[in-house]
Amino acid sequence: MDARRESEPTPMKNRTTAERKSERELVVTRTFNGPARIVFEAWTKPELLKRWWAPKSFGLSLISCEADVRVGGSYRLVFMFGNDASKPMEFFGRYIEVTPHSRLVWTNDEGEGGGAVTTVTFEEKDGKTLLVMHDLYPSKEALDAAIASGSTGGMGETFEQLDELLVTLGASVGWS
Amino acid sequence: MRYILNHMVQYSKARLDASFGALSDATRRGVLEQLGRADASITDLAEKFHMTLTGMKKHVGVLEQAGLVTTEKVGRVRTCKLGPRRLSEEAAWIERYRQLWDSRFDELDKVVEELKQKE
Repeated sequence: MDARRESEPTPMKNRTTAERKSERELVVTRTFNGPARIVFEAWTKPELLKRWWAPKSFGLSLISCEADVRVGGSYRLVFMFGNDASKPMEFFGRYIEVTPHSRLVWTNDEGEGGGAVTTVTFEEKDGKTLLVMHDLYPSKEALDAAIASGSTGGMGETFEQLDELLVTLGASVGWS
Repeated sequence: MRYILNHMVQYSKARLDASFGALSDATRRGVLEQLGRADASITDLAEKFHMTLTGMKKHVGVLEQAGLVTTEKVGRVRTCKLGPRRLSEEAAWIERYRQLWDSRFDELDKVVEELKQKE
């Protein structure tokens, strides 16, 4: 009876995983309930991209979103935390590979991006799509610095947020 | 924020794996939260989370191995408290990063659903 997964009821949604795969790599995965061409479309049409890239539930709002999704084309996303327009965050770079419905590769050229290259693959199976997002940093130091400064993913205020997380985990006692 | 760099400890992979494994489960995160408020026996925790003693013992065992919880047996009661290991900055950062993408993907789910309907 121990084999029953008592603590893990069937999830209502698909699970997102994130892992530091090596000294230089971060990997995020998620499965979507739709074919790869649809998920790919949502990543490559700016009018769709802007609908999900800055989730309100995370306290982000998008100021502008440009994406010219073709090899050599550039993107530029600007967003802010809450209503604080005084500290907008900019993310920009270039697409270096665009393979419809299966693969997107782009550079992260803003200073805080640490020169990482992001590869997203879309793998369809039985009408669902497994998405794998892979950030490859030029060196261990670059990824360590990105983590330390909290810049990757647009988290300029990471430490306040880390504190929140620790509190969420009930860490106020015992975990300084 | 750079000062954090100097404070960054080299975490062995095994330690990180154990912490992530331990934190990947909602019940175990709940147990940590609970123990953050007060120490509790395995029986208390089993009741609170509506599971068998055996099931709860397993969860506590995983948390204990990760160093997140310690237990002490007094008489017939095993009491659990938060362990000495704090969540590393790196682990916390990656969890926050995961949450960011999770929020994005929840929104993306809606877009995908809508595009499916249109087809």
